[in-house]
Amino acid sequence: MNTSISNPQAGSVNGASEPRLIVENVTVEFEGFKALSSVSFTAHDGNLIGVVGPNGAGKSTLFNAMAGLQSMNTGQVRVIGRTSKHPDFLAYVPQREKINWRFPASVEDVVMLGRSGGRWRWFQRPSAKDREYVRYCLERVNMWIHRTDLMPELSGGQRQRVFIARALAQEAHVFLLDESFSGVDVGAQKYLVEILRGLRDDGKVILMATHDLTNLAERFDQVLCLNHHVCAYGPPNEVFTPAVLEELYGAHGVTVTGSGPNHRQHNEPNA
Amino acid sequence: MLDAIVDPFQYEFMKRALIVSVLVGTVCPLIGGYVITRNLSFMGDALAHGVMPGLALGIMLGFSPLIVAVPAGIGFAVLIGFISHRTGLGEDTSIGILFAGMFALGLLILSISDSITVDIEDILLGQVLGVSQTDVIITAVLAALVVFLLAGMHRQLVFTSFDPVGAKVVGIPVQAMDYVLLGILALVIVLSVQAVGIVLVLAMLVVPAATSYLLARRFVNIMAIGALIGVAATVTGLYLSYHFNLPSGPAMSLTAIGMFAVAAMVKRRVTT
Repeated sequence: MNTSISNPQAGSVNGASEPRLIVENVTVEFEGFKALSSVSFTAHDGNLIGVVGPNGAGKSTLFNAMAGLQSMNTGQVRVIGRTSKHPDFLAYVPQREKINWRFPASVEDVVMLGRSGGRWRWFQRPSAKDREYVRYCLERVNMWIHRTDLMPELSGGQRQRVFIARALAQEAHVFLLDESFSGVDVGAQKYLVEILRGLRDDGKVILMATHDLTNLAERFDQVLCLNHHVCAYGPPNEVFTPAVLEELYGAHGVTVTGSGPNHRQHNEPNA
Repeated sequence: MLDAIVDPFQYEFMKRALIVSVLVGTVCPLIGGYVITRNLSFMGDALAHGVMPGLALGIMLGFSPLIVAVPAGIGFAVLIGFISHRTGLGEDTSIGILFAGMFALGLLILSISDSITVDIEDILLGQVLGVSQTDVIITAVLAALVVFLLAGMHRQLVFTSFDPVGAKVVGIPVQAMDYVLLGILALVIVLSVQAVGIVLVLAMLVVPAATSYLLARRFVNIMAIGALIGVAATVTGLYLSYHFNLPSGPAMSLTAIGMFAVAAMVKRRVTT
Protein backbone atom coordinates (compact mmCIF):
# COMPACT_ATOMS: atom_id res chain seq x y z
CA MET A 1 0.00 0.00 0.00
CA ASN A 2 2.77 2.42 0.90
CA THR A 3 4.87 3.71 -1.90
CA SER A 4 8.43 4.85 -1.37
CA ILE A 5 8.71 7.94 0.77
CA SER A 6 12.10 9.00 -0.48
CA ASN A 7 10.81 9.29 -3.99
CA PRO A 8 7.11 9.94 -3.86
CA GLN A 9 6.95 10.68 -7.57
CA ALA A 10 8.11 7.18 -8.43
CA GLY A 11 4.64 5.70 -8.70
CA SER A 12 3.08 8.68 -10.34
CA VAL A 13 4.36 8.33 -13.87
CA ASN A 14 1.32 6.38 -14.90
CA GLY A 15 -0.81 9.40 -13.99
CA ALA A 16 -4.45 8.70 -13.62
CA SER A 17 -4.35 5.00 -12.87
CA GLU A 18 -3.26 4.99 -9.21
CA PRO A 19 -5.03 7.43 -6.91
CA ARG A 20 -2.86 9.17 -4.31
CA LEU A 21 -5.69 10.24 -2.04
CA ILE A 22 -8.77 8.11 -1.49
CA VAL A 23 -11.66 9.48 0.53
CA GLU A 24 -14.30 6.83 1.04
CA ASN A 25 -17.77 7.34 2.43
CA VAL A 26 -16.65 9.84 5.11
CA THR A 27 -19.34 10.94 7.52
CA VAL A 28 -18.68 13.32 10.41
CA GLU A 29 -21.41 14.23 12.86
CA PHE A 30 -21.35 16.97 15.48
CA GLU A 31 -24.06 16.41 18.09
CA GLY A 32 -26.50 14.97 15.60
CA PHE A 33 -25.65 17.46 12.86
CA LYS A 34 -24.05 15.91 9.80
CA ALA A 35 -21.15 18.13 8.84
CA LEU A 36 -20.11 15.60 6.21
CA SER A 37 -22.36 12.95 4.77
CA SER A 38 -20.87 10.01 2.83
CA VAL A 39 -18.16 12.05 1.14
CA SER A 40 -16.19 10.04 -1.41
CA PHE A 41 -13.68 11.11 -4.04
CA THR A 42 -10.16 10.37 -5.19
CA ALA A 43 -7.27 12.58 -6.22
CA HIS A 44 -4.28 11.69 -8.34
CA ASP A 45 -0.74 12.96 -8.58
CA GLY A 46 -0.67 16.23 -10.46
CA ASN A 47 -4.19 17.26 -9.49
CA LEU A 48 -4.88 20.87 -8.52
CA ILE A 49 -8.30 20.78 -6.93
CA GLY A 50 -10.48 23.55 -5.60
CA VAL A 51 -12.82 22.48 -2.83
CA VAL A 52 -15.66 24.98 -3.08
CA GLY A 53 -18.84 25.52 -1.19
CA PRO A 54 -20.53 28.06 1.03
CA ASN A 55 -19.26 28.92 4.50
CA GLY A 56 -20.14 26.13 6.88
CA ALA A 57 -20.34 23.53 4.10
CA GLY A 58 -17.81 21.27 5.85
CA LYS A 59 -14.68 22.17 3.88
CA SER A 60 -12.49 22.59 6.94
CA THR A 61 -14.00 19.49 8.53
CA LEU A 62 -13.11 17.52 5.41
CA PHE A 63 -9.53 18.82 5.50
CA ASN A 64 -9.25 18.01 9.18
CA ALA A 65 -10.47 14.50 8.49
CA MET A 66 -7.96 14.08 5.66
CA ALA A 67 -5.14 15.34 7.89
CA GLY A 68 -6.15 13.00 10.71
CA LEU A 69 -7.20 15.80 13.05
CA GLN A 70 -10.89 14.92 12.99
CA SER A 71 -12.31 11.53 13.87
CA MET A 72 -14.94 10.18 11.51
CA ASN A 73 -18.21 8.43 12.29
CA THR A 74 -17.89 6.29 9.20
CA GLY A 75 -15.59 5.99 6.23
CA GLN A 76 -11.87 6.28 5.80
CA VAL A 77 -9.21 8.46 4.26
CA ARG A 78 -6.15 6.94 2.67
CA VAL A 79 -3.14 8.98 1.66
CA ILE A 80 -0.91 6.55 -0.18
CA GLY A 81 2.58 7.16 1.15
CA ARG A 82 1.60 8.75 4.45
CA THR A 83 2.31 6.61 7.50
CA SER A 84 2.43 7.27 11.21
CA LYS A 85 6.23 7.42 10.85
CA HIS A 86 5.99 9.96 8.05
CA PRO A 87 3.01 12.16 8.80
CA ASP A 88 4.70 15.07 7.02
CA PHE A 89 4.05 13.41 3.67
CA LEU A 90 0.89 15.50 3.92
CA ALA A 91 1.13 19.22 4.62
CA TYR A 92 -1.68 21.29 6.02
CA VAL A 93 -1.76 25.08 5.77
CA PRO A 94 -4.44 26.14 8.26
CA GLN A 95 -6.73 29.13 7.92
CA ARG A 96 -4.90 32.26 8.98
CA GLU A 97 -7.14 32.60 12.05
CA LYS A 98 -5.47 29.47 13.47
CA ILE A 99 -2.00 30.99 13.45
CA ASN A 100 -0.57 32.86 16.43
CA TRP A 101 0.57 36.02 14.66
CA ARG A 102 1.96 37.49 17.87
CA PHE A 103 4.68 34.86 17.84
CA PRO A 104 7.85 36.48 16.43
CA ALA A 105 8.91 33.75 14.00
CA SER A 106 11.07 34.77 11.07
CA VAL A 107 10.36 33.52 7.56
CA GLU A 108 13.40 31.25 7.66
CA ASP A 109 12.42 29.93 11.13
CA VAL A 110 8.97 28.97 9.88
CA VAL A 111 10.26 27.11 6.83
CA MET A 112 12.89 25.41 8.99
CA LEU A 113 10.05 24.04 11.12
CA GLY A 114 9.14 21.94 8.10
CA ARG A 115 12.39 19.97 8.32
CA SER A 116 12.04 16.54 9.95
CA GLY A 117 8.68 17.50 11.38
CA GLY A 118 7.21 14.33 12.85
CA ARG A 119 10.42 12.75 14.02
CA TRP A 120 10.99 13.75 17.61
CA ARG A 121 14.57 14.64 18.37
CA TRP A 122 16.00 16.39 21.39
CA PHE A 123 18.20 19.43 20.87
CA GLN A 124 17.40 19.46 17.20
CA ARG A 125 19.70 21.77 15.27
CA PRO A 126 19.36 22.40 11.56
CA SER A 127 22.11 20.82 9.51
CA ALA A 128 23.86 22.51 6.61
CA LYS A 129 21.73 20.35 4.33
CA ASP A 130 18.57 21.58 6.06
CA ARG A 131 19.64 25.19 5.55
CA GLU A 132 20.36 24.55 1.92
CA TYR A 133 17.00 22.89 1.43
CA VAL A 134 15.18 25.72 3.18
CA ARG A 135 16.91 28.14 0.83
CA TYR A 136 15.74 26.12 -2.16
CA CYS A 137 12.14 26.10 -0.85
CA LEU A 138 12.16 29.85 -0.21
CA GLU A 139 13.62 30.56 -3.62
CA ARG A 140 10.92 28.38 -5.15
CA VAL A 141 8.23 30.73 -3.79
CA ASN A 142 10.41 33.81 -4.32
CA MET A 143 10.67 34.63 -0.61
CA TRP A 144 14.39 34.14 0.00
CA ILE A 145 15.02 37.89 0.06
CA HIS A 146 12.45 38.12 2.86
CA ARG A 147 14.04 35.34 4.94
CA THR A 148 14.81 37.54 7.96
CA ASP A 149 11.41 39.26 7.96
CA LEU A 150 8.98 38.35 10.70
CA MET A 151 5.75 36.62 9.73
CA PRO A 152 3.46 39.32 11.19
CA GLU A 153 5.16 41.93 8.97
CA LEU A 154 4.29 40.15 5.73
CA SER A 155 1.32 40.63 3.43
CA GLY A 156 -1.33 37.93 3.19
CA GLY A 157 0.06 36.57 -0.07
CA GLN A 158 3.63 36.49 1.23
CA ARG A 159 2.51 34.60 4.33
CA GLN A 160 0.85 31.95 2.19
CA ARG A 161 4.00 31.62 0.11
CA VAL A 162 6.02 31.00 3.27
CA PHE A 163 3.58 28.27 4.33
CA ILE A 164 3.87 26.68 0.89
CA ALA A 165 7.66 26.79 1.30
CA ARG A 166 7.27 25.10 4.69
CA ALA A 167 5.19 22.35 3.09
CA LEU A 168 7.93 21.95 0.46
CA ALA A 169 10.56 21.86 3.21
CA GLN A 170 8.79 18.96 4.88
CA GLU A 171 8.94 17.21 1.49
CA ALA A 172 5.20 16.84 1.50
CA HIS A 173 3.47 15.35 -1.49
CA VAL A 174 -0.14 16.14 -0.65
CA PHE A 175 -0.95 19.78 0.15
CA LEU A 176 -4.12 20.87 1.96
CA LEU A 177 -4.58 24.65 1.85
CA ASP A 178 -7.51 26.03 3.82
CA GLU A 179 -8.83 29.35 2.48
CA SER A 180 -5.42 30.44 1.27
CA PHE A 181 -6.91 33.25 -0.82
CA SER A 182 -8.61 34.99 2.06
CA GLY A 183 -6.97 38.29 2.89
CA VAL A 184 -4.85 38.06 -0.27
CA ASP A 185 -5.24 40.68 -2.99
CA VAL A 186 -6.05 39.66 -6.56
CA GLY A 187 -2.56 40.09 -7.97
CA ALA A 188 -1.04 38.03 -5.17
CA GLN A 189 -3.74 35.38 -5.68
CA LYS A 190 -2.65 35.03 -9.29
CA TYR A 191 0.95 34.62 -8.21
CA LEU A 192 -0.07 31.95 -5.68
CA VAL A 193 -1.88 30.06 -8.43
CA GLU A 194 1.25 30.25 -10.56
CA ILE A 195 3.32 28.71 -7.76
CA LEU A 196 0.73 26.00 -7.16
CA ARG A 197 0.70 25.14 -10.86
CA GLY A 198 4.45 24.66 -10.70
CA LEU A 199 4.00 22.22 -7.83
CA ARG A 200 1.23 20.43 -9.66
CA ASP A 201 3.56 19.99 -12.63
CA ASP A 202 5.99 18.30 -10.22
CA GLY A 203 3.27 15.74 -9.53
CA LYS A 204 2.10 17.12 -6.19
CA VAL A 205 -1.53 16.77 -5.15
CA ILE A 206 -2.97 20.11 -4.09
CA LEU A 207 -6.38 20.71 -2.57
CA MET A 208 -7.45 24.21 -1.69
CA ALA A 209 -10.65 25.05 0.14
CA THR A 210 -12.26 28.31 -0.91
CA HIS A 211 -15.66 29.91 -0.64
CA ASP A 212 -14.69 32.35 -3.37
CA LEU A 213 -16.22 31.33 -6.70
CA THR A 214 -14.46 33.87 -8.91
CA ASN A 215 -12.10 32.73 -11.65
CA LEU A 216 -12.36 29.08 -10.69
CA ALA A 217 -11.51 27.91 -14.20
CA GLU A 218 -8.31 29.95 -14.16
CA ARG A 219 -7.30 28.62 -10.79
CA PHE A 220 -8.10 24.93 -10.63
CA ASP A 221 -8.05 21.90 -12.91
CA GLN A 222 -10.73 20.18 -10.90
CA VAL A 223 -13.45 21.47 -8.62
CA LEU A 224 -15.04 19.52 -5.79
CA CYS A 225 -18.35 21.12 -4.90
CA LEU A 226 -19.12 20.44 -1.27
CA ASN A 227 -22.19 21.24 0.73
CA HIS A 228 -22.05 18.59 3.47
CA HIS A 229 -22.07 16.07 0.64
CA VAL A 230 -20.29 16.06 -2.72
CA CYS A 231 -22.58 17.93 -5.16
CA ALA A 232 -20.23 17.59 -8.11
CA TYR A 233 -16.62 16.85 -8.94
CA GLY A 234 -14.93 17.63 -12.22
CA PRO A 235 -13.43 20.35 -14.40
CA PRO A 236 -14.75 23.80 -13.44
CA ASN A 237 -16.25 24.40 -16.88
CA GLU A 238 -18.43 21.32 -16.61
CA VAL A 239 -19.53 20.98 -13.01
CA PHE A 240 -21.57 24.13 -12.53
CA THR A 241 -24.91 23.01 -13.85
CA PRO A 242 -27.99 24.82 -12.52
CA ALA A 243 -28.80 21.75 -10.42
CA VAL A 244 -25.37 21.81 -8.76
CA LEU A 245 -25.61 25.54 -8.05
CA GLU A 246 -28.99 25.00 -6.50
CA GLU A 247 -27.53 22.35 -4.23
CA LEU A 248 -24.60 24.58 -3.33
CA TYR A 249 -26.19 27.94 -2.80
CA GLY A 250 -29.88 27.63 -3.49
CA ALA A 251 -31.04 28.74 -6.90
CA HIS A 252 -31.44 32.40 -6.14
CA GLY A 253 -28.95 34.96 -7.26
CA VAL A 254 -26.40 32.69 -8.85
CA THR A 255 -26.10 32.41 -12.60
CA VAL A 256 -23.57 30.63 -14.68
CA THR A 257 -21.71 32.37 -17.43
CA GLY A 258 -19.06 30.72 -19.52
CA SER A 259 -16.23 29.56 -17.34
CA GLY A 260 -17.90 29.65 -13.96
CA PRO A 261 -20.70 30.98 -11.87
CA ASN A 262 -21.42 34.65 -11.35
CA HIS A 263 -22.69 35.29 -7.95
CA ARG A 264 -24.77 38.38 -7.45
CA GLN A 265 -25.91 37.57 -3.98
CA HIS A 266 -25.77 34.05 -2.73
CA ASN A 267 -27.34 33.34 0.58
CA GLU A 268 -24.52 31.66 2.39
CA PRO A 269 -25.54 29.72 5.44
CA ASN A 270 -23.21 30.64 8.26
CA ALA A 271 -21.00 28.13 10.00
CA MET B 1 31.12 52.98 45.39
CA LEU B 2 33.12 49.81 44.79
CA ASP B 3 32.70 48.93 48.45
CA ALA B 4 28.95 49.07 48.06
CA ILE B 5 29.22 46.49 45.30
CA VAL B 6 31.85 44.16 46.78
CA ASP B 7 31.37 44.47 50.53
CA PRO B 8 28.04 42.65 50.82
CA PHE B 9 29.65 39.44 49.63
CA GLN B 10 31.71 38.96 52.76
CA TYR B 11 28.49 37.42 54.05
CA GLU B 12 27.58 33.87 53.08
CA PHE B 13 23.85 34.72 52.91
CA MET B 14 24.64 37.38 50.33
CA LYS B 15 26.58 34.93 48.16
CA ARG B 16 23.65 32.52 48.31
CA ALA B 17 21.25 35.34 47.46
CA LEU B 18 23.36 36.35 44.48
CA ILE B 19 23.35 32.83 43.04
CA VAL B 20 19.57 32.55 43.40
CA SER B 21 19.05 36.04 41.92
CA VAL B 22 21.13 35.24 38.85
CA LEU B 23 19.31 31.93 38.32
CA VAL B 24 15.86 33.50 38.72
CA GLY B 25 16.79 36.40 36.47
CA THR B 26 17.89 33.95 33.80
CA VAL B 27 15.06 31.42 33.71
CA CYS B 28 12.09 33.79 34.12
CA PRO B 29 12.58 35.55 30.75
CA LEU B 30 13.33 32.25 29.00
CA ILE B 31 9.84 30.97 29.78
CA GLY B 32 8.61 34.59 29.71
CA GLY B 33 9.10 34.63 25.94
CA TYR B 34 6.34 32.05 25.69
CA VAL B 35 4.24 33.76 28.37
CA ILE B 36 4.06 37.04 26.45
CA THR B 37 3.58 35.53 22.99
CA ARG B 38 0.98 32.95 24.05
CA ASN B 39 -1.07 35.14 26.39
CA LEU B 40 -0.13 33.14 29.47
CA SER B 41 0.17 36.10 31.89
CA PHE B 42 -2.98 35.32 33.78
CA MET B 43 -2.06 31.64 33.83
CA GLY B 44 1.36 32.53 35.24
CA ASP B 45 -0.10 34.74 37.96
CA ALA B 46 -2.62 32.05 38.88
CA LEU B 47 0.10 29.38 39.01
CA ALA B 48 2.15 31.58 41.31
CA HIS B 49 -0.75 31.95 43.72
CA GLY B 50 -1.66 28.31 43.23
CA VAL B 51 1.64 27.04 44.64
CA MET B 52 0.86 28.83 47.92
CA PRO B 53 -0.69 25.79 49.67
CA GLY B 54 2.31 23.71 48.63
CA LEU B 55 4.74 26.27 50.00
CA ALA B 56 2.78 26.61 53.22
CA LEU B 57 2.60 22.84 53.72
CA GLY B 58 6.32 22.53 53.06
CA ILE B 59 7.11 25.13 55.70
CA MET B 60 4.66 23.57 58.16
CA LEU B 61 6.13 20.10 57.74
CA GLY B 62 9.66 21.41 57.98
CA PHE B 63 10.79 20.62 54.44
CA SER B 64 12.41 23.06 52.14
CA PRO B 65 9.32 24.69 50.63
CA LEU B 66 10.59 23.86 47.17
CA ILE B 67 10.31 20.11 47.71
CA VAL B 68 6.55 20.30 48.25
CA ALA B 69 5.84 23.25 46.00
CA VAL B 70 7.31 21.79 42.84
CA PRO B 71 4.91 18.83 42.56
CA ALA B 72 2.09 21.09 43.76
CA GLY B 73 2.82 23.62 41.03
CA ILE B 74 3.00 21.02 38.29
CA GLY B 75 -0.21 19.41 39.58
CA PHE B 76 -1.89 22.82 39.50
CA ALA B 77 -0.75 23.39 35.91
CA VAL B 78 -2.10 20.03 34.83
CA LEU B 79 -5.39 20.72 36.63
CA ILE B 80 -5.83 24.06 34.82
CA GLY B 81 -5.12 22.42 31.50
CA PHE B 82 -7.51 19.62 32.36
CA ILE B 83 -10.35 21.94 33.38
CA SER B 84 -9.94 24.19 30.36
CA HIS B 85 -9.99 21.18 28.03
CA ARG B 86 -12.90 19.45 29.78
CA THR B 87 -15.44 22.08 30.79
CA GLY B 88 -17.39 24.41 28.59
CA LEU B 89 -16.13 27.33 30.66
CA GLY B 90 -13.69 29.79 29.18
CA GLU B 91 -10.08 29.15 30.07
CA ASP B 92 -9.71 32.36 32.04
CA THR B 93 -12.74 31.44 34.14
CA SER B 94 -11.23 28.04 34.98
CA ILE B 95 -7.97 29.74 35.86
CA GLY B 96 -9.77 32.30 38.01
CA ILE B 97 -11.55 29.62 40.02
CA LEU B 98 -8.35 27.70 40.76
CA PHE B 99 -6.38 30.90 41.34
CA ALA B 100 -8.72 32.14 44.06
CA GLY B 101 -9.35 28.72 45.56
CA MET B 102 -5.72 27.71 45.93
CA PHE B 103 -4.59 31.09 47.21
CA ALA B 104 -7.34 31.05 49.84
CA LEU B 105 -6.35 27.53 50.83
CA GLY B 106 -2.73 28.62 51.19
CA LEU B 107 -3.64 31.57 53.39
CA LEU B 108 -5.80 29.29 55.53
CA ILE B 109 -3.00 26.76 56.02
CA LEU B 110 -0.58 29.54 56.97
CA SER B 111 -3.00 31.08 59.44
CA ILE B 112 -3.63 27.84 61.32
CA SER B 113 0.02 26.79 61.32
CA ASP B 114 2.54 27.89 63.93
CA SER B 115 3.14 31.35 62.59
CA ILE B 116 6.35 31.88 64.53
CA THR B 117 8.37 29.89 62.00
CA VAL B 118 6.64 31.39 58.97
CA ASP B 119 6.82 34.97 57.90
CA ILE B 120 3.88 35.41 55.57
CA GLU B 121 5.44 38.57 54.17
CA ASP B 122 8.45 36.58 52.97
CA ILE B 123 6.22 34.20 51.03
CA LEU B 124 4.16 36.96 49.48
CA LEU B 125 6.94 39.46 48.78
CA GLY B 126 10.06 37.31 48.60
CA GLN B 127 13.14 37.38 50.75
CA VAL B 128 16.13 36.28 48.76
CA LEU B 129 18.47 37.23 51.61
CA GLY B 130 17.04 34.37 53.64
CA VAL B 131 17.60 31.41 51.29
CA SER B 132 19.34 28.35 52.72
CA GLN B 133 22.14 26.25 51.27
CA THR B 134 19.59 23.57 50.38
CA ASP B 135 17.42 26.15 48.59
CA VAL B 136 20.42 27.21 46.52
CA ILE B 137 21.15 23.65 45.44
CA ILE B 138 17.52 22.89 44.60
CA THR B 139 17.21 26.18 42.69
CA ALA B 140 20.32 25.41 40.67
CA VAL B 141 19.11 21.91 39.82
CA LEU B 142 15.65 23.15 38.82
CA ALA B 143 17.08 26.01 36.76
CA ALA B 144 19.30 23.55 34.92
CA LEU B 145 16.28 21.33 34.31
CA VAL B 146 14.31 24.29 32.92
CA VAL B 147 17.11 25.25 30.53
CA PHE B 148 17.53 21.60 29.51
CA LEU B 149 13.81 21.18 28.72
CA LEU B 150 13.46 24.49 26.89
CA ALA B 151 16.55 23.87 24.76
CA GLY B 152 15.80 20.21 24.15
CA MET B 153 12.25 20.81 22.95
CA HIS B 154 12.79 24.26 21.46
CA ARG B 155 11.70 23.29 17.96
CA GLN B 156 8.56 21.49 19.11
CA LEU B 157 7.60 24.32 21.49
CA VAL B 158 8.09 26.97 18.81
CA PHE B 159 6.07 25.02 16.22
CA THR B 160 3.26 24.44 18.72
CA SER B 161 3.25 28.10 19.78
CA PHE B 162 3.17 29.51 16.26
CA ASP B 163 0.99 27.02 14.40
CA PRO B 164 -0.65 24.40 16.64
CA VAL B 165 -2.71 22.88 13.82
CA GLY B 166 0.25 22.50 11.47
CA ALA B 167 2.32 21.07 14.33
CA LYS B 168 -0.31 18.45 15.07
CA VAL B 169 -0.46 17.39 11.43
CA VAL B 170 3.29 16.72 11.28
CA GLY B 171 2.99 14.56 14.38
CA ILE B 172 3.94 16.82 17.28
CA PRO B 173 1.79 15.96 20.35
CA VAL B 174 0.44 19.48 20.73
CA GLN B 175 -1.68 18.96 23.81
CA ALA B 176 1.17 17.20 25.61
CA MET B 177 3.46 20.09 24.66
CA ASP B 178 0.99 22.52 26.23
CA TYR B 179 1.16 20.56 29.48
CA VAL B 180 4.95 20.44 29.26
CA LEU B 181 5.08 24.20 28.83
CA LEU B 182 2.80 24.71 31.85
CA GLY B 183 4.96 22.28 33.84
CA ILE B 184 8.10 24.26 33.00
CA LEU B 185 6.23 27.45 33.90
CA ALA B 186 5.35 25.94 37.28
CA LEU B 187 9.00 25.02 37.86
CA VAL B 188 10.13 28.56 37.07
CA ILE B 189 7.48 30.07 39.32
CA VAL B 190 8.32 27.86 42.26
CA LEU B 191 12.02 28.61 42.13
CA SER B 192 11.33 32.33 41.63
CA VAL B 193 8.95 32.70 44.55
CA GLN B 194 11.80 32.73 47.09
CA ALA B 195 13.35 35.73 45.38
CA VAL B 196 10.37 37.82 44.34
CA GLY B 197 7.47 36.32 46.28
CA ILE B 198 4.14 34.99 45.11
CA VAL B 199 2.57 38.36 44.39
CA LEU B 200 5.36 39.59 42.13
CA VAL B 201 6.48 36.47 40.26
CA LEU B 202 4.40 37.78 37.40
CA ALA B 203 6.66 40.82 37.14
CA MET B 204 9.72 38.67 36.47
CA LEU B 205 7.83 36.38 34.09
CA VAL B 206 6.46 39.18 31.95
CA VAL B 207 8.50 42.37 32.28
CA PRO B 208 12.05 41.39 31.20
CA ALA B 209 10.67 39.33 28.32
CA ALA B 210 8.39 42.20 27.28
CA THR B 211 11.34 44.61 27.42
CA SER B 212 13.32 42.26 25.23
CA TYR B 213 10.34 41.90 22.86
CA LEU B 214 10.70 45.61 22.16
CA LEU B 215 14.43 45.39 21.52
CA ALA B 216 14.89 42.10 19.64
CA ARG B 217 13.12 40.62 16.64
CA ARG B 218 13.58 36.85 16.47
CA PHE B 219 12.21 34.66 19.22
CA VAL B 220 15.57 33.14 20.29
CA ASN B 221 17.04 36.64 20.60
CA ILE B 222 14.07 37.73 22.69
CA MET B 223 14.83 34.84 25.05
CA ALA B 224 18.58 35.58 25.20
CA ILE B 225 18.37 39.36 25.62
CA GLY B 226 15.49 38.85 28.04
CA ALA B 227 17.74 36.71 30.23
CA LEU B 228 20.40 39.45 30.30
CA ILE B 229 17.79 42.03 31.26
CA GLY B 230 16.36 39.66 33.87
CA VAL B 231 19.73 39.12 35.54
CA ALA B 232 20.42 42.87 35.52
CA ALA B 233 17.07 43.44 37.22
CA THR B 234 17.37 40.77 39.90
CA VAL B 235 20.98 41.61 40.81
CA THR B 236 20.24 45.34 40.96
CA GLY B 237 17.20 44.53 43.06
CA LEU B 238 19.35 42.42 45.35
CA TYR B 239 21.67 45.38 46.04
CA LEU B 240 18.75 47.69 46.70
CA SER B 241 17.30 45.09 49.02
CA TYR B 242 20.59 44.79 50.94
CA HIS B 243 21.50 48.44 51.21
CA PHE B 244 18.06 49.86 51.90
CA ASN B 245 16.62 46.91 53.79
CA LEU B 246 13.79 46.41 51.29
CA PRO B 247 11.91 43.22 50.52
CA SER B 248 13.65 41.75 47.46
CA GLY B 249 10.47 41.17 45.41
CA PRO B 250 9.41 44.80 45.05
CA ALA B 251 13.03 45.91 44.58
CA MET B 252 13.62 43.48 41.69
CA SER B 253 10.19 44.06 40.12
CA LEU B 254 10.49 47.84 40.14
CA THR B 255 13.98 47.65 38.66
CA ALA B 256 12.65 45.47 35.84
CA ILE B 257 9.71 47.79 35.27
CA GLY B 258 12.06 50.80 35.19
CA MET B 259 14.04 49.09 32.42
CA PHE B 260 10.84 48.37 30.54
CA ALA B 261 9.77 52.01 30.81
CA VAL B 262 13.05 53.16 29.29
CA ALA B 263 12.79 50.61 26.45
CA ALA B 264 9.17 51.52 25.79
CA MET B 265 10.11 55.17 25.43
CA VAL B 266 12.77 54.53 22.81
CA LYS B 267 11.38 51.54 20.92
CA ARG B 268 8.08 50.43 19.54
CA ARG B 269 7.34 46.94 18.30
CA VAL B 270 6.19 46.69 14.70
CA THR B 271 2.50 45.99 14.70
CA THR B 272 0.44 44.27 12.07
